Amino acid sequence: MPASPSIDVRRLRKVYGEVVAVDDLTFAVPRGAVLGLLGGNGAGKTTTISMLLGLLEPTAGEIQVLGVDMLRHRYAALPRMNFSSPYVDLPHRLTVRQNLQFYGRLYGVPTLQRRIVEIAEHIQVADFLDRQTGKLSAGQKTRVALAKALINKPDVLLLDEPTASLDPDTADWVRTYLKDYQAETHATILLASHNMSEVERLCDDVVLLQAGRMFDRGSPRELLERFGREDMEQVFLDMARGRGRGLESLRKDEAAQ
Amino acid sequence: MSGSINRIYALVLRHIHIWRSSVMRLVDSIYWPAVQMVMWGFLTQFLRPQVSFMAQAAGILLSGLLLWEVVVRGNLSLSIAFLEEMWSRNLGHLFVSPIRSWEMATGIIVVALLRTLLGLIPVSLMAWAFFGFSIYSLGLPLLAFFLILQMFSWSVGLAMSGLIMRVGQSAESFAWAAVFILMPISGVYYPISVLPHWLQPLAYALPTSYVFEGMRSILLERTAQWHLLGLAFVLSAVYLVVGFQIFLWFFRSSRRAGSLLTQGE
Repeated sequence: MPASPSIDVRRLRKVYGEVVAVDDLTFAVPRGAVLGLLGGNGAGKTTTISMLLGLLEPTAGEIQVLGVDMLRHRYAALPRMNFSSPYVDLPHRLTVRQNLQFYGRLYGVPTLQRRIVEIAEHIQVADFLDRQTGKLSAGQKTRVALAKALINKPDVLLLDEPTASLDPDTADWVRTYLKDYQAETHATILLASHNMSEVERLCDDVVLLQAGRMFDRGSPRELLERFGREDMEQVFLDMARGRGRGLESLRKDEAAQ
Repeated sequence: MSGSINRIYALVLRHIHIWRSSVMRLVDSIYWPAVQMVMWGFLTQFLRPQVSFMAQAAGILLSGLLLWEVVVRGNLSLSIAFLEEMWSRNLGHLFVSPIRSWEMATGIIVVALLRTLLGLIPVSLMAWAFFGFSIYSLGLPLLAFFLILQMFSWSVGLAMSGLIMRVGQSAESFAWAAVFILMPISGVYYPISVLPHWLQPLAYALPTSYVFEGMRSILLERTAQWHLLGLAFVLSAVYLVVGFQIFLWFFRSSRRAGSLLTQGE
């Protein structure tokens, strides 16, 4: 019997007034896999992540994370999850250490002081542990946000554009670290991004989102083959400019044949 | 339960760290009550030789002021504790962590209580030093007054925090001013019997009215009306439950509207 997926989303829908932000989205992420949500601005990536975390209530659909119904019992899963987003800050006036202590306590991390030392070494924030978070550079803040996201060694990690507005060197460091972390812990990672090289490098599987709907899905290699392209950027442009056909229309063709 | 205590402690500690990093954030807790106390203190000194009522109960204005400040500071302190999370754009991280709504409410109530005490204890000592008036002369009922007024102020603060969470920081000024609308009908400086008949039932629906009537009863007649304080305590507890429910209602509404991620500076 196959293991149940870490993330199981069925017929997810979110409507604001007359605007449909996410429409009939269904996907599952197996344990230990990295799934990329790829789409342009307003495609529904952040909305989907927010619903997975319980920050946003879906209009319809079901969400299970680690076997827990997130719409009814999300507090059973939240201690085993974590999240990072460039659009949500950590308290500026707290030092890095105080922030990690704060979130470590919220997540019930055992032997917290040891964990802070450990994560500070791994994420390379040890040199500025006692500086105010608000006074750090963008790259340093990203490392701190990542340290916060990993403080509880989450089984499910949700990352919303983890390398947005970072210089190429820092962005590369973040990707390498995430790759290593995933290989070491077998955590499930869901990554929303519109950075193609990031998706290609990190993700086992990619969901292409367009206007809140799933346009296509597959491994980066499968998508490259299906779109007849050499890199994911071209795949993305095909989707964005209406040149690709999308999984739904291909399936309709197959069914017709 | 230990997990809940740990999360509440984390939230309280986070605010203590902020106070330590920026003492100026605590100054307003002392500044305004101190300015008012000095003004009402001088007014009392001016009126005492001229008004027989004031000669009988010199501390009645200062007691009213200091107890009303318990309501104002309680509401402000709670709202500020919540706004700190919005100002730092931290709500998203907080609401996806395992902290539950009641734990968060309890945490910010503890923070508000500490902040109120940090502001009002020095001011009460100043009243004693400058004008020879000790609020502590009210005796044991003072504890009951304080608890009732704090609980009521938290209920207003929770409802206002919910409103800010839902509609954004445009509602901030309303949160500051919310309790002042209750001041005229709480009988802070005059008995409820002064109010028009049609307004008196409204006044008696507020726990604050019983506290200020009780305060006057001690200062003028040297009697503590415990049964009225008991009623006020029950009323405050009901308001606190209602305030928390309003906070939860706004929280659920914010989750539907998607405003939890977008609120911030």
